[in-house]
Amino acid sequence: MAQSRKKSHAKTSPDVMFKVEGVTKVYHTGELDIHALSGVDLTLYEGELAVLLGPSGSGKSTLLNILGGLDVATDGHAWFRENEITRLTESELTSYRRDHVGFVFQFYNLIPSLSARENVALVTEISKNPMKPEEALGLVGLDHRLDHFPAQMSGGEQQRVAIARAIAKRPEVLLCDEPTGALDSKTGVHVLEALTSVNEELGTTTAVITHNMAIADIAHRVFHFGDGRITKTYANKKRVAPDKVQW
Amino acid sequence: MSALDKKLLRDMVRLWAQALAIALVMASGVTTLILAVGAYRSLEETRSAYYERYRFADVFATAKRAPEFVERQILEISGVAAAEARIQEFALLDIEGMEQPATGLAMSLPDYRELRLNRIYLRKGRLPDPGRVDEVTINEAFATAHNFELGAKFHAILNGYKRPLTVVGIALSPEFIYSIGPGDLIPDDRRFADLWMSEKAMAAMFDLDGAFNSVSLKLLRGANQAEVIKQLDDILERYGGTGAYGRKDQPSHAFIDAELKQLKSMAQVIPPIFLLVSAFLINITLTRLIALEREQIGLLKALGYRRLTIAVHYMKLIVFIAAVGIVIGVVAGTWLGQGLTRLYADFFHFPFLIFKRGMDIYAIAAGISLATALLGGLRSIYTALTLPPAVAMSPPLPTHYAHLGIEKLQLIRHLSQLTIMAIRHIIRWPVRSALTVLGIAMSGALLITALFSLDSIEFMIDTIYFQADRQDATVNFTHEQPRKVLQEVEHLPGVLRVEPYRSVAVRLRHGHYNRKLAIVGRPPGADLSRILDRDNRPVELPQSGLLLSERVAKLLHVSRGDMVDVEILDDSRGQGSLDATSIGTRRSTRRLPVAGIIQSYLGLAVYMDLLALNEMLDEAPVVSGVHIAIDKSRTGELFKAIKGLPAVSAIALQDASLAKFRETLATNLTIMTTVYVVLSVIIAFGVVYNSARIQLSERVREFASLRVLGFTKGEVSHVLLLELAILVAAAIPLAFVIGYGFAWATVQGFESDLYSLPFIIKSNTYAISALVVLAAATVSALIVRRRIDQLDMIKALKTRE
Repeated sequence: MAQSRKKSHAKTSPDVMFKVEGVTKVYHTGELDIHALSGVDLTLYEGELAVLLGPSGSGKSTLLNILGGLDVATDGHAWFRENEITRLTESELTSYRRDHVGFVFQFYNLIPSLSARENVALVTEISKNPMKPEEALGLVGLDHRLDHFPAQMSGGEQQRVAIARAIAKRPEVLLCDEPTGALDSKTGVHVLEALTSVNEELGTTTAVITHNMAIADIAHRVFHFGDGRITKTYANKKRVAPDKVQW
Repeated sequence: MSALDKKLLRDMVRLWAQALAIALVMASGVTTLILAVGAYRSLEETRSAYYERYRFADVFATAKRAPEFVERQILEISGVAAAEARIQEFALLDIEGMEQPATGLAMSLPDYRELRLNRIYLRKGRLPDPGRVDEVTINEAFATAHNFELGAKFHAILNGYKRPLTVVGIALSPEFIYSIGPGDLIPDDRRFADLWMSEKAMAAMFDLDGAFNSVSLKLLRGANQAEVIKQLDDILERYGGTGAYGRKDQPSHAFIDAELKQLKSMAQVIPPIFLLVSAFLINITLTRLIALEREQIGLLKALGYRRLTIAVHYMKLIVFIAAVGIVIGVVAGTWLGQGLTRLYADFFHFPFLIFKRGMDIYAIAAGISLATALLGGLRSIYTALTLPPAVAMSPPLPTHYAHLGIEKLQLIRHLSQLTIMAIRHIIRWPVRSALTVLGIAMSGALLITALFSLDSIEFMIDTIYFQADRQDATVNFTHEQPRKVLQEVEHLPGVLRVEPYRSVAVRLRHGHYNRKLAIVGRPPGADLSRILDRDNRPVELPQSGLLLSERVAKLLHVSRGDMVDVEILDDSRGQGSLDATSIGTRRSTRRLPVAGIIQSYLGLAVYMDLLALNEMLDEAPVVSGVHIAIDKSRTGELFKAIKGLPAVSAIALQDASLAKFRETLATNLTIMTTVYVVLSVIIAFGVVYNSARIQLSERVREFASLRVLGFTKGEVSHVLLLELAILVAAAIPLAFVIGYGFAWATVQGFESDLYSLPFIIKSNTYAISALVVLAAATVSALIVRRRIDQLDMIKALKTRE
């Protein structure tokens, strides 16, 4: 399917959010080259919640970074709606991230010297149509911890601040790299709930990376990664609510 | 305030100690620059304003006796704007309560008009009334030294008559900003006075009615000074002129020039060292700081912040640190600069002080500091910014360590893994390690530069007072005396030995180099006052030829065996009987060989055998003064007797001179040395502290892991402290080498016609410098060690690098 479309440049249906064709990524680390991605094709649709599964080193984070404009592909093409992100310049990538993408990382990446509210404000200050930091924190259930610093919050709370920060600018896509990776299952559930509710209430296209099979059940569609390739794709016939997920 | 600015503020609070350490080093550079340049400019500006307002002359000359009409001849010399003739004579002063006689230079003041040149600034009282032989206006320093108020009385031996004088005024003069008595090394305001008296009164006292013996000239702008001096010499020759000279050779002016030269060399040598060190310190610290912020930079980029915005954010941090440094430096520099200028004002005698710094020096100091800071930081900001955010946010690859080449040695195998960790870390970052060593070395070098001057001066004191001029006292005569005066002096109470000397004003020429100076003639086998060679061994005067000090040899570009032309300026033939009608012969020139080069730290010394000198002058032997050894228990009697000798103009005691020398140096040097020691400690502390903090931040996981593995706090600190110890140990010998170089440069910067500093660094100085550096390093390392002790290993391991 992807092969046949290879030459039909940017011909995407209106509900396609991301389109990836033959993307490769090679890291040169001194003595040896690491092929993080070796030709990946993939399509993500608007409003979809996708889970990218796979062991570490399988290339899922690399793909997510390329989709989010955090890294550049060695070869191949990727589109965000009609725009080919693999052709964007450094400053166009910055605008793209600023205007369209929200990120959530495994290690929260909060600025330790800023409070929860200020960490969110960091993004709302440079966005075109942001929600109020308080509103975003309310969405993830943290309206009572507005002025706490990262060091004063639990891991789950910190991760929810990171989610609030990611969604506060009303992004079209939310990219999450192991959002529950550093959390126990109970706090992890709170984070997943925040993610699904954002997906449902704001219609944000969401891609979640995990190596936790159980989490795949909350997705619309699941992509399995292995050795820099997508090995399997399937749609969940019946999605499971986050509070039913166990690990 | 934007969230980013809040982050900046809180980062500053978090980093305050490191930031302050950098800021202080930077402040040191700014301080020394403003201090030295400020003091230099203030002193120069004050002097030039003083000269301008009080019409300090350009050319000076003395004669035996020149009739008044000669002044009109002098005014006709092309290029002369104004002339001021006067009578001036040395006088021995007898002051109540002071056993030792003091010396005064009595100068005449015109009775019915204002001074045209070298105007005096009246601090108190008035000028002596015309014709009053008992009224005198004295210089302020002398008045202060004796607590003389208006109406105070003392005696002066003027032309053989002891006269009571009443102080009617206290004044300052641009001619005597630096006022030093004959034969003294350093001003002694108790023992030397400037006295201004009525012209009519002085003419009567010295039998110089209608005549003068000293003249000063103001030149027109663009006048040829050398030509004026030549014509003036021609005019005064027949009246016993001793050679005119410009400001360059006017003692007060020359001393201030030497001081200004030193300030200038200080401004040129010291601040760049600090700015260099602070630039380097900022570079290593900020590089590391920003490397640690790599993740946050990546995150900000991920969030959509533009590169420029992020760059500006970190630049603000640098600018903030620099601003703190600049503010501290400006305040300290201004404050210390004013202090130093006041110190100079005390030492020199100015009626007013002009503090001049100028915005430019502040701008230069701030600009250079900011530029070095930004340059230090920009490169690392740039590196972090160019990384794709995904790479920036992921932990940097583990540092690639290599096996040590020396690990093959058996010895190394016995070292613990912890020691090997420390050594590998140094070798892994060779540039940073080298810069840290250099930074620490700079602080040690600066200490050596600050402290060695004490060694040099001690050596100089020992050479001058204990090796060369070993006499107890030197008696100067108002005019050359026949040799029989030696017997008179010998018979004075308490005098044990007498050695005469003769000083003759000459101009030495070699090729197109020439210099006005004095040849000192000494008897063969002189033992009280000895001449030393360049290795400080006493040398015998050759029977013919000249011994030149190194400085003179350098000025004239001569070496041993060269011939120099000696133009005799001081013609004392027929001295005592010289009057307006006597006509001197043409000034004569002799050609003499340079018989050797000798050591002399003071003035432009040239020696010759006394007999040969008298022969050269073709005259009966006369002496200018005598060096004497005395029985110190009989000084009271001696002084009393000397006060009764009309021929004596001054007696200089070596003990008193040495005490005064030490006292003056103690004030001046202690202050400067303290400033430098403080600054050096700041550097040593700043470099070691920052380098320890950087290490700690880089290796916190490593250290935490070691703790988890069961190493004790002490063992973990060992890795860090050992590395610092190795760096400090490497820095100390380097400090010695650099310090040696700085000290050498300082000695060159000090050299002037008035004095030169021997280049001596004692092992003590090296040892003290090393110890101070070690102490500063130890303290800062221990502060960082405390942080290792308080390391939260769980937290350190849980957070991502």
